[in-house]
Amino acid sequence: MSAVPAPAASDSTGMAFLETRTRRLITVYLPLAIFLFVLLFPFYWMAITSVKPDQELLSREGNPFWVQSPTLAHFHHLLFETTFPQWAWNTVLISVVATVGSLACAVMAAYAIERLRFRGAKHVGLAIFLAYLVPPSILFIPLADVVYKLGLFDTRWALILTYPTFLIPFATWLLMGYFRTIPYELEECAVIDGATRWQILTKIVLPLAVPGLISAGIFAFTLSWNEFIYALTFVSSSEVKTLPVGVVTELVQGDVYQWGPLMAGALFGSLPVAFVYSFFVEYYVSGMTGSVKE
Amino acid sequence: MTALERLQNNRNALGMLFMLPAAVMLLLFLTYPLGLGTWLGFTDAKVGRPGVWVGLENYEFLWNDAVTRLALFNTLFYTVVASVIKFVLGLWLALLLNRNIRFKTFFRAVILLPYIVPTALSAIAFWWIYDAQFSIISWVLMKMGWIDKYIDFLGDPWNARLSVIAANIWRGVPFVAITLLAGLQTISPSYYEASAIDGATPWQQFRHVTLPLLTPIIAVVMTFSVLFTFTDFQLIYVITRGGPLNATHLMATLSFQRAISGGALGEGAAISIAMVPFLLAAILFSFFGLQRRAWQQGGKDT
Repeated sequence: MSAVPAPAASDSTGMAFLETRTRRLITVYLPLAIFLFVLLFPFYWMAITSVKPDQELLSREGNPFWVQSPTLAHFHHLLFETTFPQWAWNTVLISVVATVGSLACAVMAAYAIERLRFRGAKHVGLAIFLAYLVPPSILFIPLADVVYKLGLFDTRWALILTYPTFLIPFATWLLMGYFRTIPYELEECAVIDGATRWQILTKIVLPLAVPGLISAGIFAFTLSWNEFIYALTFVSSSEVKTLPVGVVTELVQGDVYQWGPLMAGALFGSLPVAFVYSFFVEYYVSGMTGSVKE
Repeated sequence: MTALERLQNNRNALGMLFMLPAAVMLLLFLTYPLGLGTWLGFTDAKVGRPGVWVGLENYEFLWNDAVTRLALFNTLFYTVVASVIKFVLGLWLALLLNRNIRFKTFFRAVILLPYIVPTALSAIAFWWIYDAQFSIISWVLMKMGWIDKYIDFLGDPWNARLSVIAANIWRGVPFVAITLLAGLQTISPSYYEASAIDGATPWQQFRHVTLPLLTPIIAVVMTFSVLFTFTDFQLIYVITRGGPLNATHLMATLSFQRAISGGALGEGAAISIAMVPFLLAAILFSFFGLQRRAWQQGGKDT
């Protein structure tokens, strides 16, 4: 570390030019490389395991970091001999419907709270934030009762209707922040021109809030895709299960862990959401940071 | 004036109308279950049988139940250790990313991956990494000659606790790092320049410029982090199911086991309701405690 004496003011981004290369390599790039390695290794391990034939998986000889004779057998098993495609389809369906429905509710609620400012709007806004802090692991037992009484147990509707409990508060909170940045004057002009509230919302506010809608949508989609405890509790038939629950509960058979298909399932279950994410990184990050901002 | 026009001009009526869809969903699927859960905690409800009021019986039973006590200890241990490490590593990673580095956007995008993929699926990967016979960690340590037999990651109580904590940290660090990075980017460089001219060392700059200005966002991020860690379910359910010997059972997994697998709805509900005071305490502590400090140090009250 102290091999090269560095100027005292080296920590400021504005004066980074004062830093020597060696010191920078050791204090910035080396820790960053270690972080990157640890954070990404499980994905590499997933990928390499999913293409290893069984005898390589269960041998301690050779180099486990590489694969001698790669095989697609695990993927074949996963796609053609399990209910995996059905789980994937369920997850897509449930995530999309729950996200779209929640966004619609959230847009109207956020607009009402921020712009209509009805009596008690402030308190409703606070209640939305508190609702956002209620964790699913406290709600799932009574919610199972509600789902059962509504006759929705073991249907996709059970999940489509319960996911909004965490999606609506989050999306409303995020959109409230976005709506706040749209100038009042635009709405006032529209009112003078004779626009109704509904026209103002759909023709003026929403087009301006598109980045916010995308952020909220992407974040809500990944939240629903990743949801586990509700999907585990409210659904029991294999044809209705979502992808994470299906992989965890059905691919583990007895004491023989089928690591190949398990890792293939984990990989295929992660790829779609990673793919969607890669196109909308900026929106996702602004959704995530926006959701914890006040 | 028609009724429709009158509605148009009435803020309150229109506001109610716009709030209606969200309100119906949240009242039916969030507020009502929350109340129902509290009530269930005072009953002896079983799956398929409505319970009768038993007062504090569930809570008395749980208070004397060794497994519940262990689960409470595990949850607190898990939350405290994981949150502290997530905070330190997350802040460090955020500071690294805030430097003038190449491929910053790429780094930021890639680092978030553990956070966006389904936790249940990455937990499976950890389960395999922690496998007693084929663990890659044991393999590497063996080759390096640091250990002479494979580590039993999930079979020994303390090993298992630390293993699931490591998995939780792996998943949580990106969230803390990226949100703190967003906070760091709002700090004006002129503060650093001014303090550098006054002769501040990097540590003094961090301690007296970065940290105070970052405190409000740290408070919020850590509140969320603690909340999610305390109520964690997926990682434990997938990696250990609470074992070995209940050593990794958290309140959430225990309530699932009692209520859904065991059918004792009332008891399970009581366990989840017992989490609420801890959550409230965590929220109040980090919100008021840290924000007051921010205010005393001249930070903005958010």
